[in-house]
Amino acid sequence: MSAVQAATPFETVRTPDPANRPIKVHTAKVKVTYGQKEALHGVSIDIAEKAVTAFIGPSGCGKSTFLRCINRMNDTIAGARVEGKITLDEQDIYDPDLDVVELRARVGMVFQKPNPFPKSIFDNVAYGPRIHGLARSKADLEEIVVTSLQKASLFNEVKDRLSEPGTSLSGGQQQRLCIARAIAVSPEVILMDEPCSALDPIATAKVEELIDELRANFTIVIVTHSMQQAARVSQRTAFFHLGHLIEEGPTDHVFTNPLEQRTQDYITGRFG
Amino acid sequence: MTEAASHLPASRLGGSDIRTISKVDVGLKRRYAAERRFRAFGLAAVTIAICFLAVLFGSIIGRGYTAFQQTRITMMVDFDAGIIAPDGDRTSAAVMSGDSFRFDDLIAASLQRTLELDPNDEDGLYDGLDLLSKGSAPLLRTMIAKDPSLIGTKRTVDFYATGDVDAFVKGSIRADIPESQRLIKDKHIALIDRLEKEKALHLAFNTGLFTNGASTRPEMAGVGVALVGSLYMMLVVLALSLPLGVAGSIYLEEFAPKNRWTDVIEVNINNLAAVPSIVYGLLGLAVFINFAHLPRSASLVGGLVLTLTTLPTIIIATRAALKAVPPSIREAGLGVGASKMQTVFHHVLPLAMPGVLTGTIIGLAHALGETAPLLMIGMKAFIVDYPTTPFDPATALPTQIYMWATEPERAFSERTSAAIIVLLVFLLAMNSIAIVLRRAFERRW
Amino acid sequence: MGPLWLLALIAGLSFFGFVLGHWKSVVLSGKARGALAARPGYYGAYVLIWTAIPALLILVALSVGRPFLIEHTVRVNLPAQVLTNAQQLSLEVSGVEQVAAGLKLVTPEELEDIRIGVVAARSVFARHGLPLGEDVKPYQLMAAGTLNLVSDGLDTAIDAAVVAALAFGLIFAFVRVKPRLRARNLVENTILALMIAASSVAILTTVGIVLSLLFQALQFFSMVSPANFYLGTVWDPRFAAAGSTESGQFGFLPLFWGTLYISFFAMLVAVPIGLYSAIYMAEYAGSKVRSTAKPLIEILAGIPTIVYGFFALTTVGPLIRDYVALPLGLGTSGNNVLTAGLVMGIMIIPYVSSLSDDIITAVPRSLRDGSLALGATRSETTRLVILPAALPGVVGAVLLAMSRAIGETMIVVLAAGVAARASLNPFEEMTTITVKIVNQLTGDLEFTSPQTLVAFALGLTLFVITLGLNVLALTIVRKYREQYE
Repeated sequence: MSAVQAATPFETVRTPDPANRPIKVHTAKVKVTYGQKEALHGVSIDIAEKAVTAFIGPSGCGKSTFLRCINRMNDTIAGARVEGKITLDEQDIYDPDLDVVELRARVGMVFQKPNPFPKSIFDNVAYGPRIHGLARSKADLEEIVVTSLQKASLFNEVKDRLSEPGTSLSGGQQQRLCIARAIAVSPEVILMDEPCSALDPIATAKVEELIDELRANFTIVIVTHSMQQAARVSQRTAFFHLGHLIEEGPTDHVFTNPLEQRTQDYITGRFG
Repeated sequence: MTEAASHLPASRLGGSDIRTISKVDVGLKRRYAAERRFRAFGLAAVTIAICFLAVLFGSIIGRGYTAFQQTRITMMVDFDAGIIAPDGDRTSAAVMSGDSFRFDDLIAASLQRTLELDPNDEDGLYDGLDLLSKGSAPLLRTMIAKDPSLIGTKRTVDFYATGDVDAFVKGSIRADIPESQRLIKDKHIALIDRLEKEKALHLAFNTGLFTNGASTRPEMAGVGVALVGSLYMMLVVLALSLPLGVAGSIYLEEFAPKNRWTDVIEVNINNLAAVPSIVYGLLGLAVFINFAHLPRSASLVGGLVLTLTTLPTIIIATRAALKAVPPSIREAGLGVGASKMQTVFHHVLPLAMPGVLTGTIIGLAHALGETAPLLMIGMKAFIVDYPTTPFDPATALPTQIYMWATEPERAFSERTSAAIIVLLVFLLAMNSIAIVLRRAFERRW
Repeated sequence: MGPLWLLALIAGLSFFGFVLGHWKSVVLSGKARGALAARPGYYGAYVLIWTAIPALLILVALSVGRPFLIEHTVRVNLPAQVLTNAQQLSLEVSGVEQVAAGLKLVTPEELEDIRIGVVAARSVFARHGLPLGEDVKPYQLMAAGTLNLVSDGLDTAIDAAVVAALAFGLIFAFVRVKPRLRARNLVENTILALMIAASSVAILTTVGIVLSLLFQALQFFSMVSPANFYLGTVWDPRFAAAGSTESGQFGFLPLFWGTLYISFFAMLVAVPIGLYSAIYMAEYAGSKVRSTAKPLIEILAGIPTIVYGFFALTTVGPLIRDYVALPLGLGTSGNNVLTAGLVMGIMIIPYVSSLSDDIITAVPRSLRDGSLALGATRSETTRLVILPAALPGVVGAVLLAMSRAIGETMIVVLAAGVAARASLNPFEEMTTITVKIVNQLTGDLEFTSPQTLVAFALGLTLFVITLGLNVLALTIVRKYREQYE
């Protein structure tokens, strides 16, 4: 199969968005190299605003690498180089004039393993607003924290113990705390890198429910290993394989009627 | 939850919230300034630390490099049999016995000849003798005793100049300060100039620094005896701490059950590595000298004390090296029917050996520079002769440095720095070997 | 035979035993080695162990016991009137030992002359290069004669015992070499026992430290009450004359103050520099800078403390005196608290930076990512997330460094001074616990006078303080490591 790929120039199979949502993030021919090794061979995709886009594909296909390009988290890895173009609201995010701190305030991220800071629940959520100076007063800050926790469906569970350490929560609560932490900065886009892979099914269900609610206000991109999850939470799905974007389109379309053989093979479990 | 979200103010709903971005923008300048400041502090700390290192080395080398050369005064000596052996007995024993003034006479005679002094000019002679080390006569005596056939011949002999003359020749006593504040007077300077013109006075490589023992005269003092003492101690430390450390670590790492008791041993070993070394000196004094009656000032006792100070370091390094060998190696050994002991000695230990040796060398280097415990067991004696066995009184390089450091004379200060340079060269060599060893055998699993 | 010869004999015979055991097992098994329960080498090692270990144990036991037997011999041979007290006894014992050494040097004719009293023993000894402090008394001569007899007899007995043990072990083990003997297990068990013994050296060292310090310190406290020692504000131990009963004042507090004050300056230098360089290394420096700067800073830890002491004495001390203390009129001595503290601080930088660096890099990457992804700058991430997370570990590192500073000796011996005073002026000479330990144990030692014994009381106190700091620090660091493993 890889021989076929190498021989023919690569073309992503695309199915347009029937809902015709506006485009939030646009990428063109994004390549990522780690030292000598090219991990991503030129990915072009448009990500729709106020919708959930799922990236699926086998391990090592480059979906996480691509996700980390969107808020320039690859900058923190020594030896990583990104080529191509990524725009957020038509603004090039790799433009030297663009500030990476500002970008990351607009594009939040939630990681695979819940990573609450070793601080209290309140301080975890207040961290972003504090460093960015988003709150004018203590009351303002409290309001932001409470609202964010409410939006992350965590407030009722933790409202009596906001001063306890974030690490004292259960795994699923920790992950929702991390989501609350991300939305406290009021980002426009939230990137989620396999947010449920470390959670049990009940906690996963809660997070998925939350993602569905957040879609009303945020553009969400989620990387997932679970095709069921992609089918449940996303409106659009992109299938990555060996550093290429193979196919993208409306989720129901990709799962029920894939146009590419490899997509078909993957979602029916023939490899992965 | 949707209800909860719907009553929130619109500005908090994310999405197209412009306020957030503009607010972030406002603080950005200040935040980047803080960022630069923080980074600069870090860089400054690293730079300061490295500067300290440079100043330390610079000051020691600047003070000490001149000590590797020494001023000599070369004179023709007439080994007059009438003076050396007036009773005709030319054996070594006869040379060594009797009064030593006759050798002063020999030196005085050659000085008069070299400086072409009037035989009646006593002041001139004494001024000239001021330039020569007071140790010259004993030196001449040992020289003749070693080789009695010299008696009756003429020979040129290299004499040491005094420490002050040496300092003047090297320029550390300057001629342009008033005579009353100068250790070298004008008359001496005139004589030094004469000797230089006669090519009798010259600078030569200071071999005595490496071969001589203790002396009250700086020009005759050297680290030779201290080096031998340190060598004996290192041999004792190596012979004891390597087998003890390796055997102990293998037991703790490979055989010992993991329980509260081994926890105590673990904490104990880590603590021992941080116990002040002077406490080990007190232990050595109380146990080895006061209780076991081992000889004071002996390099054996020094070696024993340093073994105890080094052991924790070696055990910690060895255990780390053993821990780094993956369990699969052990399983493979046990899987082919080897006993646990055979697996450890045939497979695990050889793989851990580079780490063990590196740790041992670093431990030895540390022991070589250790001073305080040696002071406790009396290894700061005034020792002129080389020790022949580890039971003989000896000094060590660091304690020799300590004794010299407290001498007020300038020539001793120069020699202290030189001795430190010698010590640092040894340490550098040992650490380089450790680094080379680590690089050569480094293995990643 | 001397101990070295005995050791050589043991080594030689053990090797011989190995060869014998190996040979016998090969012969016994005939051509078919499968009949043996272990490889021939194990039979060799079995005989070797039986030959060497009992003989070595006997040699060590007798050598350790020898001095006590000798001392006992001298004591029973001394007249009762000289044995007034323990102090007197130890003087007498060493006197007799010197005379005994002298008797070994003289020729038989001279010995006869000394015995009948024609010549003084002292002058004869002096001729043989053994000067004595005072004339030899007749009872000393007698006791010394007995001593020489006993010690010669003991040496012969040790030789005989070791040779007997060698012979017995060799023959016993050789006879027992049979094909069915499970030599490997026996050898391995012996090795295991030796390893356990080796690992117990660490414990024995601690026990030795505690017991030896405690024993001598208790003797001190029987002369000077602990309250006077620990609460005393004047340090004036007076002259430690042999047999002097007059004791000075042993006030611990001025020494403790000096120690703490100097350590305070050391930490003032080491903690900010060490911590900031650790942060720079862990969070900012590229791999190239890191791989050069880190070893360079670590060199500071490898330099012997005597070198720092000399540097303080000759370079830093005069600089501070001439450019700071004198112009400000605050002090006139090159030996001062500031010099000692500053130089000690330099020495301690790598202790703080290395451990802090390890601890900071141990903070999981996910926390860094989490903070950076929220738009925090690197310094914000470090200050607000990494450092609070690493705080326990960093505190541990600082405590360990503190313990180093308190126990450091050579720098303060050369640079702090000897005047025991408690003042706030850092340009004055002050002294520390370690300096006084060195001072009190230099020169002639009299293990019965408080002037000598106070060093052990100081040592015990120092040990307890550093032990407390070390154990606290190690526990904190260990807990911290476990948290992120």
